[in-house]
Amino acid sequence: MTNHPEFLEHNAGRPEGYLLPSAAPVQLIAPDGSLAPAAEYKESYSLPEAATLLDGYERLVVGRRINDQANALVRQGRMAVYPSSTGQEACQVAADMALRPGDWLFPTYRDTVAILGRGVAPMEAFESLRGDWHSGFDPHQYNTALPATPLATQLLHAVGVAYAAKLRGEDTVALALCGDGSTSEGDFHEALNFAAVFHVPVVFLVQNNQYAISVPLIHQSVAPSLAHKAVGYGMPGERVDGNDLAALLAVVCGAVERARDGGGPALVEAHTYRMESHTNADDATRYRSAAEVAEWVPKDPLLRLKNYLHDAGQLAPADTARIAASAESVAKTLRDGLNTETAPDPADLFAFVYSEPTPQLREQARQLADELAAGQSLEGALQ
Amino acid sequence: MAHKPQSGPGTAGPAAEPELSGVQTITFAKALTLAMSDSMAEDASVLVFGEDVGTLGGVFRVTDGLTRRFGEDRCFDTPLAESGIIGMATGMALNGMKPVVEMQFDAFAYPAFEQITSHVAKMGNRTKGRVRLPLVIRIPYAGGIGGVEHHCDSSEAYYVHTPGLTVLTPSTVTDAYIMLRDAIASPDPVVFLEPKKLYFSKDTVDLDALRARYAAGSTVPSTIGRAAVAREGTDATLIAYGPSMAAALAAAETAASEGRSLQVVDVRSLVPYDDETISAAVRSTGRAVVIAEAPGFASMASEIAARIQERCFHSLAAPVLRVTGFDIPFPAPRLEKHYLPGVDRILDAVDALQWEES
Repeated sequence: MTNHPEFLEHNAGRPEGYLLPSAAPVQLIAPDGSLAPAAEYKESYSLPEAATLLDGYERLVVGRRINDQANALVRQGRMAVYPSSTGQEACQVAADMALRPGDWLFPTYRDTVAILGRGVAPMEAFESLRGDWHSGFDPHQYNTALPATPLATQLLHAVGVAYAAKLRGEDTVALALCGDGSTSEGDFHEALNFAAVFHVPVVFLVQNNQYAISVPLIHQSVAPSLAHKAVGYGMPGERVDGNDLAALLAVVCGAVERARDGGGPALVEAHTYRMESHTNADDATRYRSAAEVAEWVPKDPLLRLKNYLHDAGQLAPADTARIAASAESVAKTLRDGLNTETAPDPADLFAFVYSEPTPQLREQARQLADELAAGQSLEGALQ
Repeated sequence: MAHKPQSGPGTAGPAAEPELSGVQTITFAKALTLAMSDSMAEDASVLVFGEDVGTLGGVFRVTDGLTRRFGEDRCFDTPLAESGIIGMATGMALNGMKPVVEMQFDAFAYPAFEQITSHVAKMGNRTKGRVRLPLVIRIPYAGGIGGVEHHCDSSEAYYVHTPGLTVLTPSTVTDAYIMLRDAIASPDPVVFLEPKKLYFSKDTVDLDALRARYAAGSTVPSTIGRAAVAREGTDATLIAYGPSMAAALAAAETAASEGRSLQVVDVRSLVPYDDETISAAVRSTGRAVVIAEAPGFASMASEIAARIQERCFHSLAAPVLRVTGFDIPFPAPRLEKHYLPGVDRILDAVDALQWEES
């Protein structure tokens, strides 16, 4: 038993095995939209209020529209690459809804829906995907970190942001997203351990979408579940149906508020599925069967919540129309933005590497400017 | 319930020992300690952490007394995981802190390489300058102490080759203090390479005068981006840094007794690199030898030699020569002396600078 004072202070009196996840993923709404049968979970999770679920449903519809529109824009050559999160929108929506504006979100490159949900201007969010600049938005403006491709590295940044806030006595929480593949990276383990040892307010939300590009979960881990990994670091783990927004909100909001109250970090594993290829450059038919994908179609997070709200009398035709219009407006913003030609400024290449360009960079900037000026005067002469 | 810091911002605990001031004879390590404690006293966002830096005061005692003076929230031990240390420091720098972290030894920093190259170095550029990471990564490096395997690497080439990193390496007690203070004050991330064999070297310094450089209203420029002429000379220029400065200065001393006047330049700031000072020095003598302990192939020494050829070609009376470590893994203690660039090897290179042809 650890003698870590903060751990003991917040876990005194908890039953042995509290750190273990529930015996089955938490589910509050079944795939057909009915209330899930009562089950034994490690905590009692209650269904969020109808207004919260309606808000969540709108975000899901907008998220799905973002994925569809982005895929279309890639096909039209308007974007270099898009990692689709179709099928996983509930995880990203729950992450956004669990956080206050002052909290921090640490997304992955597949979490464009969550990034836009934090209020990041669409064209800033898509700047890297269209190839203009490697991630150009200001993390401090949105309290949202820049997504990056080196897996699991952002989890440590989340720990650092949360620890800095804790040292200043602020009640900020950091929520870090990652995938099943990331749980094999060294930085995943170091982040969980640092978070537990320094007892920082950070929640790790693993979107287990069953595949790391082409590699299925069976090649990543033989743990009983990814949520079980929490125990080894001394934090509670929980698993949840990642296509059930109601269950996600209950579990993730609970973990976030527990962290805010000084309860320390937590690991949540969301079971979901990546319905499309890794990116537009990938061909998922090479490593998984159509039958497997078809099994996940009826588990869709949008359909599930729509059916529930409809059957509960919470989704009026006016709501459906308003939500559709809202999604269409976001899609139009993406289309308009990405159909607008941009011209990234070559001078920017040297401007930001250091707070002040070094003498060497100034020299290289002059060289490029001269080359460009010569090219322009040649162009002028030819015209 | 929010966490209550034991010693909140600005509330330095009672000093464990009276702070040194005035003219003092101190070690290189102590100068580094004072640079950190003075920075911490002035700025509550400066934090020190790493492996064994707290209670023990670091394996080289460079962080000695910081936890006693500032409390465990300002100087603390971390789990034994270098990527974790740098990754967490990145997040803390993103959220208002100025971490000064210690990597215990040169080769032990390698697990953190991804965080350093993919995040620390690139954050300013990725965000178009909206985010700067005021982070200092202190790394004891190089040999000369009969160290065990993986404890004597000269790893500067990895860092200088990474755009976005400032890379500094002091070789004097005075520079240890002012360069570390400049590193902590820099808005950009700094890899601060400390020649471990110099930790216990001593010098007499005027701490009041050094501190005055950082007083409000001081106009003393930062050492970042500035080489220093360590010894005047007219016949040839020796260019060295960090762990090789002692050998370069000793070679100049020996050469003087043989009637040859050698100028010695301390690069100090590997990135940004001071082309101006170094080129001017070489033009003044017309001959140059670059000395570095790291393996020579594709090294900082190669870069210095190439830059001199590009800028000083018409002033040169001889090719620029390099005296470096061999292209081998750092050797075992009983073979170390054969590897380290020493006075004889440096003077042999000076002798080869085509004196008879000019």
